[in-house]
Amino acid sequence: MSVSQSVSWFFPELLLAFGALAVLVVDLLVTKHRKKIAVVIGGLFVLLALLKSESAASEHSGVVALFSGMVVLDPMAFFFKLIFGIAVLVTLFFVYRSAESPEANSGEFVTLLVAVTLGLFLMGAASDMVMMYLSLEFVSLCSYVMAGWSRKDRRSTEAALKYVIYGGVASGVMVYGMSLLYGLTGKTNLFEIRDALAASAPSQLALTLSVVLIIAGIGFKIAAVPFHMWCPDVYEGAPTPVTAFFSVGPKAAGFAMMIRFFYTTFVDATSWGSGTELVAVGGAPWPLLVGIIAAATMTLGNFAAITQNNLKRLLAYSSIAHAGYMLMGIASMSRQGVESVLFYLGVYLFMNLGAFLVVIAIRDHTEGEGIEAYRGLSQRQPFAAVLMTVFLLSLTGVPPFAGFIGKFYLFAAVLAKGGFYYYLLAIIGILNSAVSLFYYARIIRAMFLEEPVVRAPVGLPLPYRVALVALAVPTVVLGIFPPLLSDLTQVSVGALGVVTTGF
Amino acid sequence: MEFLKVGLWQYVVVSGVLFSLGLVCVATRKNAIAVLMGVELILNSANINFIAFSHYVSGAVGGQVFTVFVIILAAAEAAIALAIVLAIFNRFRTIEGDVATTLKE
Repeated sequence: MSVSQSVSWFFPELLLAFGALAVLVVDLLVTKHRKKIAVVIGGLFVLLALLKSESAASEHSGVVALFSGMVVLDPMAFFFKLIFGIAVLVTLFFVYRSAESPEANSGEFVTLLVAVTLGLFLMGAASDMVMMYLSLEFVSLCSYVMAGWSRKDRRSTEAALKYVIYGGVASGVMVYGMSLLYGLTGKTNLFEIRDALAASAPSQLALTLSVVLIIAGIGFKIAAVPFHMWCPDVYEGAPTPVTAFFSVGPKAAGFAMMIRFFYTTFVDATSWGSGTELVAVGGAPWPLLVGIIAAATMTLGNFAAITQNNLKRLLAYSSIAHAGYMLMGIASMSRQGVESVLFYLGVYLFMNLGAFLVVIAIRDHTEGEGIEAYRGLSQRQPFAAVLMTVFLLSLTGVPPFAGFIGKFYLFAAVLAKGGFYYYLLAIIGILNSAVSLFYYARIIRAMFLEEPVVRAPVGLPLPYRVALVALAVPTVVLGIFPPLLSDLTQVSVGALGVVTTGF
Repeated sequence: MEFLKVGLWQYVVVSGVLFSLGLVCVATRKNAIAVLMGVELILNSANINFIAFSHYVSGAVGGQVFTVFVIILAAAEAAIALAIVLAIFNRFRTIEGDVATTLKE
């Protein structure tokens, strides 16, 4: 579609861009209740953008390529917009309530958060290497500043430095990989690259090298081994609301980009329609590469989490492990695999944000992030202890919680592929799930079986209680009625890779 | 004097060398500014590739447009990175990556 036609479909993104500026300007004008006003305006624009993308999605009911194929509007892009929107709205609530967010520069922070939403929307829809690189950098640049939000705090500043250095290297390596892919095909658009790869098989060595380098850039965003080194330090050092956001928003966007990159560039479009197996294009061994990374990521994440005592650091390693499980779904190179990844992301959004909300509430009250702050929590604050248990059991993958169904779909997709390599991957995944029970259960044991260090009850304000219940309901309901989400994921995957020409 | 003619091959070799030097710089330097210089080398090696491929392989301007975006983003990233390095210096009085460390296992 031409530029002028595209703009009318680009309304949600324009709203977000306008919203970021509106928050910044209003924050300059008002003197009282600055945080509240910034959060309300920012939240309103994100909500409007979500509603607008919903109406756009129902209007076009298919696939539309905008700005000469830079971004596509398809059901999967809409699915990810929903995930990003919910993640940002919950984060705005965290920012508003948390004692860690300073009143003074909250306006700038909300501006960044609304701007990063725009970046995430674009990451989920990017179908051209230029747009992939631009949106990934957009999200990264905002994230670096957000990690260093508490300027007075040494840990927060250090987190920002580690993030910017690792991030700079990763995106540089990725853009070099993109340049090689461009050299092999002469195109930057993913659909055109696919057609070029199908027309003439390029040198396998160069193609594999470029895929490895591009995985490095995207793997950094989803914290996959060996590009995970920044993750524990940044998650621990950044203010907790920011950590909560990092663990779902940019990670989901990285997965969106990875799915779109691999499943449009290296999969024959015509094989999407039929019910048969997907047909590979170009012959790059990416399922093998992603599978190896998946196995390494979940193993390292789970085993490193065992010895952690700081809850934020523990959840950082746990988020690395969960990235590993989801990579397994991508490696399976099947429709079912992509669906299971989307389902898992939807579930992970609620259970992980819920766990972080408890961490924020406890930290607000006790200033503690260590596991000792959780000892005897069932006596000091039974409500939070019970809901934390729900979230942790769901993260482990225990029935009847949603995390179990998510893992079930992932393993089912891997096993459905069959063959020695996929069985091995599934076995590694199942062993890892067993290991993860160990460290999640350690927190549950501390909350219920150990005596508290301090006996005084922990206060939990009403808004926190409401938010906890709001996050716990999907965690339980999706475990009992998975079709609520799986129907949506099925529709979302349907049109992936369909666009061929016409932009 | 056929071997003196500059073709695609020479550009790719230069960019490959530049990329390797950037990686070595990033991996060995502790100083934050030096690491950022290594990142610039990596980005510029990609730029050389894009322009060379745009001329010799594609014939269209896609690669050159990509290069312009990479240059712009490199500037934005350098601005943010230097601001963070400045904040690190204010807190820790050093910009050596391994000295400015409070977060550990």
